[in-house]
Amino acid sequence: MKVLLPTPLADYTAHRREVEADGRTLAELLRDLDRRYPGIRFRVIDEQDAIRPHIRIFVNRLPAPTLERALDPGDEVLVVAALSGG
Amino acid sequence: MSRLRILVGTRKGLFVLSADKRRRNWSIAGPHFLGQTVNHAVLDPRDARTLLAAVKAGHLGHTVYRSEDLGKSWKEAATPPAFAKAAEGEAGETVSHVFWLTPGPAAEKDRWYAGTSPAGLFASDDGGRNWKGVEGFNAHPDRRKWIGAPQDAPPDGNTLHSLHVDPFDANHLYIGLSAGGVFESPDRGASWKPLNRGVAADFLPDPNAPYGHDPHCLRVHPRARGVVYHQNHCGIYRLDRPHDRWIRVGKNMPKHIGDVGFPLVLHPRDPKSAWVFPMDGGTVWPRMPIDGKPAVYATRDAGESWTRQDRGLPPAHGWFTVKRQAMSADPLDPLGLYFGTTGGEVWSSFDEGESWNCLCVHLPEIYSIETALA
Repeated sequence: MKVLLPTPLADYTAHRREVEADGRTLAELLRDLDRRYPGIRFRVIDEQDAIRPHIRIFVNRLPAPTLERALDPGDEVLVVAALSGG
Repeated sequence: MSRLRILVGTRKGLFVLSADKRRRNWSIAGPHFLGQTVNHAVLDPRDARTLLAAVKAGHLGHTVYRSEDLGKSWKEAATPPAFAKAAEGEAGETVSHVFWLTPGPAAEKDRWYAGTSPAGLFASDDGGRNWKGVEGFNAHPDRRKWIGAPQDAPPDGNTLHSLHVDPFDANHLYIGLSAGGVFESPDRGASWKPLNRGVAADFLPDPNAPYGHDPHCLRVHPRARGVVYHQNHCGIYRLDRPHDRWIRVGKNMPKHIGDVGFPLVLHPRDPKSAWVFPMDGGTVWPRMPIDGKPAVYATRDAGESWTRQDRGLPPAHGWFTVKRQAMSADPLDPLGLYFGTTGGEVWSSFDEGESWNCLCVHLPEIYSIETALA
């Protein structure tokens, strides 16, 4: 399915903002994304499997508060990273 | 032909100043990791080629990068330092950033250590590519007491810093916890004990508390067995092992200067010589040069006396801070000294502090300075 990524993660995808990844849940999708682009998952998900502060993930433009969110093949996942702090 | 390299970690990237061994013809490379915080960058003295850098970008998770070609290319750690996953229903900890990187002993060429915020200790046995927690510290039953509650932590979070491998005993480790104190391990991090006897902690109700102190920068002498110094929130100290009571050599500083500061640098060949950068620790702790007049203070007699060294530094209105990792010495003779400021300046002395020159201006806020020949 389509995954849209923010600019801070562009180094992992050769600056592609739109990539493909698969999974039945958000957790599976992020693991697949990490297989394709090693290291990218840890930048947005911490070691306790929580979405990092100031990172938001949307599925079909609706907030996905946890990684247990179920996904369908036609869904669109959007990762947003806040740019704040000066 | 090896060159002198000054690794400057800043709030917005890594810069590398370099010169020939006469310390002429300086050039600057970078920024590496533009826009990302580089808390520490260290060249591996075991191969004089490998660089490790502790990097964090904005709100993204932290990581460690490795370069095998002096910074021409970088590769991210496959497994960055991370705390163990908590059991179901329990609150786990999350590394905010890697603060300190230390190469392992000469005989273990791929061993590295990392200190983090919140205070955690991690090790790598493959040159920084994969990191594991040193559970002797991270899971120690007293660790939470040692490092205190988050609300007691410094502004950038509770931190494990000043990580040193005893040059005469590779199993013997020293660490500094801010706040928490100095601790040592005799067995590669499997067990730990506080090492704070004689250290003041004016902010604690118990003047003889075994821990809870606030070391800012600990240095272990590379050639003189058992010689340890540290700049604390409450003074400058020297420790001569096997003794375990620190001597407050900062009491010998001029009274109007005091002995508050962050960095401390040792002379790599002379265990009686050290340098500090005193800061204003009065009232609300401005943490800037006293009266706005920056000065380094040097001792040549193990802290018995101190000499002001300010020739070439701003005579007035020098309002900056030098952070705990932002002062270092090179390996040349006479010794070169370097410090970086929160205003983005790198200052240098090629005559052991007698005179100072500004090497570089307009960098981002400087977090760390390390030197190497490579």
